[in-house]
Amino acid sequence: MDVLFHNVRELVELAEKENKLISEIMIEQEIKISGRTREEIFEQMDKNLEIMEQAVERGLKGVQSVSGLTGGDAVLLQNYMAKGNSLSGNLLLDAVSKAVATNEVNAAMGTICATPTAGSAGVVPGTLFAVKNKLNPTREQMVRYLFTSGAFGFVVANNASISGAAGGCQAEVGSAAGMAAAAIVEMAGGTPAQCAEGFAITLKNMLGLVCDPVAGLVEVPCVKRNAMGAANALVAADMALAGITSRIPCDEVIGAMFRIGQSMNPNLKETARGGLAATPTGRAIAEKIFGSALKVD
Amino acid sequence: MKFTSVFDIIGPVMIGPSSSHTAGAARIGRVARDLFGRSPKWVKIHLYGSFAETYKGHGTDVAIIGGLLDFDTFDERIKTAFDHAKKAELAFEIIPETANKEHPNTARIVMGDEAGEMSVEGISIGGGKIEISEVNGFKLRLTGGMPALLVVHDDRAGCIANVANCLAMHSINIGHMEVSRIERGLTALMVIEIDQNVEDRVLQQISLIPNITKVSKINN
Repeated sequence: MDVLFHNVRELVELAEKENKLISEIMIEQEIKISGRTREEIFEQMDKNLEIMEQAVERGLKGVQSVSGLTGGDAVLLQNYMAKGNSLSGNLLLDAVSKAVATNEVNAAMGTICATPTAGSAGVVPGTLFAVKNKLNPTREQMVRYLFTSGAFGFVVANNASISGAAGGCQAEVGSAAGMAAAAIVEMAGGTPAQCAEGFAITLKNMLGLVCDPVAGLVEVPCVKRNAMGAANALVAADMALAGITSRIPCDEVIGAMFRIGQSMNPNLKETARGGLAATPTGRAIAEKIFGSALKVD
Repeated sequence: MKFTSVFDIIGPVMIGPSSSHTAGAARIGRVARDLFGRSPKWVKIHLYGSFAETYKGHGTDVAIIGGLLDFDTFDERIKTAFDHAKKAELAFEIIPETANKEHPNTARIVMGDEAGEMSVEGISIGGGKIEISEVNGFKLRLTGGMPALLVVHDDRAGCIANVANCLAMHSINIGHMEVSRIERGLTALMVIEIDQNVEDRVLQQISLIPNITKVSKINN
């Protein structure tokens, strides 16, 4: 298949050489691969954006999952922010609460857009709808945010993994957070190279994160991992915009993530047999929901 | 490359909570219905591995039923698919199995009505992507990401050429093709991935070709 970029280095070089945004390169590649028009592709992504927006709104009104394990935390955070005493700042907490909102809706069997997966669907929209209030982007810029995220996700999915079963949570929320950081940088006016730095700084700090869902459900700790993914993305984006660079190039960080995922014990890769799932409380929750504890090796 | 489109990364739009256990399950159900060619009257759903262990919490059961009712991954009716099945007079049974399959997320759907029966085995490979691994005992590999034709035929010379000719006459390009048979000279299966959806009249024409027993399609 004749793609425009195979890794982050090629992606950044192409954007710099042609003086284009990362999102533009992603759009051009999609046109090339799918044979569809720019308008059709934009329209489909705009629909995804709409779904994300609706999920955040719904989550901020308060939802509960079928198991009762998750729900309502996005509301708690918004109420706390409204009091004006937050320590880490309202933009950051807004992103965190909207990431949580999305994943609470997901856990409640609501409609979401997998970004890149359902379990990590909160990070990209959470950061987008928080940064929006500060940067006042156009609708087109908001859609471009998703293409920029997609460009980095595309590289990770093909060169490493975006599946918790294959690479642990670092592959899901880690990838989502890196994608969000890159998109924030582009929306804030950073260069393509700074987008890559934002991605690298984020993923470096999520390397090794295991996938250990309690009772095998996409709830605990997934919802809170999305919260921290959003926070990580915002801080890393700020660092990249400040001119800080990663000593290890972005593609090598992705390579490291892949190899860490391969050497990770299967108990820690979405089997619910290790980590938090195997704690006494984790097992008790599983037994309560399914009537039997999950097997622990 | 496994992932070719930006919409593999930003998407699909789906009912939560799991791209593999919910969205993938719905897609397996929907492809099974497509292959059956109509609404089944009854269905038995066998779940294996992680599907069998966690289907209740992930809504894998309602998602597969929803797919069998032709609901897409983002259809809100998935949540209440059991009620919709009752209204549509679809009798169903969910059977968690203890046997191990090659892939942890496997579902085997056996369905039928007064006119016939069919079994379809599907696996959910992550991010909502699926593969159909078996149809009526034939091993195969079908992603459901492209339109496809499944042609059951007698294992005789010329069958494959005749079907390919018929598609060529309608200017339909074959992207990928696999043929398999259970035993030499008996029943065989062609799996043909094509570049565009085909109209029912093309299916009818193929079914009139000598030694062809059954034609089904997956649209995309």
